[in-house]
Amino acid sequence: MEIPILKQSSVLIATLQAAVPDLDLLRLRTALVQEVVRSRSRGVIVDVTAIDVMDSFGSHILQDLAHMIRLRGAETVIVGIQPEVAFAMVQLGLRLENVATALDLEEGMAYLNRKFRSLA
Amino acid sequence: MQDDIQVLIQTDQDIVTARQKGRSLAAALNFSSGEATLIATAISELARNIVAYAKKGEILLKVIINGGSARHGIQVVARDDGPGIADVDQALRDGFSTSGSLGIGLPGVRRLVDEFHIDSVENRGTVITVTKWKT
Repeated sequence: MEIPILKQSSVLIATLQAAVPDLDLLRLRTALVQEVVRSRSRGVIVDVTAIDVMDSFGSHILQDLAHMIRLRGAETVIVGIQPEVAFAMVQLGLRLENVATALDLEEGMAYLNRKFRSLA
Repeated sequence: MQDDIQVLIQTDQDIVTARQKGRSLAAALNFSSGEATLIATAISELARNIVAYAKKGEILLKVIINGGSARHGIQVVARDDGPGIADVDQALRDGFSTSGSLGIGLPGVRRLVDEFHIDSVENRGTVITVTKWKT
């Protein structure tokens, strides 16, 4: 199932559903990297609130996605990692290095706006 | 006693199915949500190893009971007839992976569970058995 991408001013928002197969996540990565340029967006928020398992694959794809978006000149924030998911990720040894995270959509938006202002 | 749950593992969708069944089983046994997440994450990682290294295999989920304390546990058996692991000790060290960047490897899975056992014969296959006890 294709993951929908919404646009709010200069930010793209993708909300993941509970059980995302690998292929859908790979498609989302490609779609966001293309869409960020097509729509001239400056930020991307990936909302993972509904995700109940983040394994090595999911975390690698999100990390890659954030780095690719950065190479395209925009910023990514991962929002809504659940406490239990964060605990399991750390136990597993996953770090999401150099990727911005925020508590929820609102905090993610605030982070991006601060970032945009500091660049303005 | 519940029957064992078997999930054949061949595609990325099977990985999702296996971890969802693990979570449902944990919920049915009243495991905490945090424990259920650890079990589901371990299953996801084990299933992922099967797809990456052996192409296909199976995940078995069993409910076990500790005789002495009557505690419930979930045992996950990940079985494949793939290439096997040449050096198991090496595979259990952090930072080792032969399939490239994907897969955090077995040391991570080991940290998610209470018991971890691996049986692997080169060119024959691998059986990894992990157990998580209810606290």
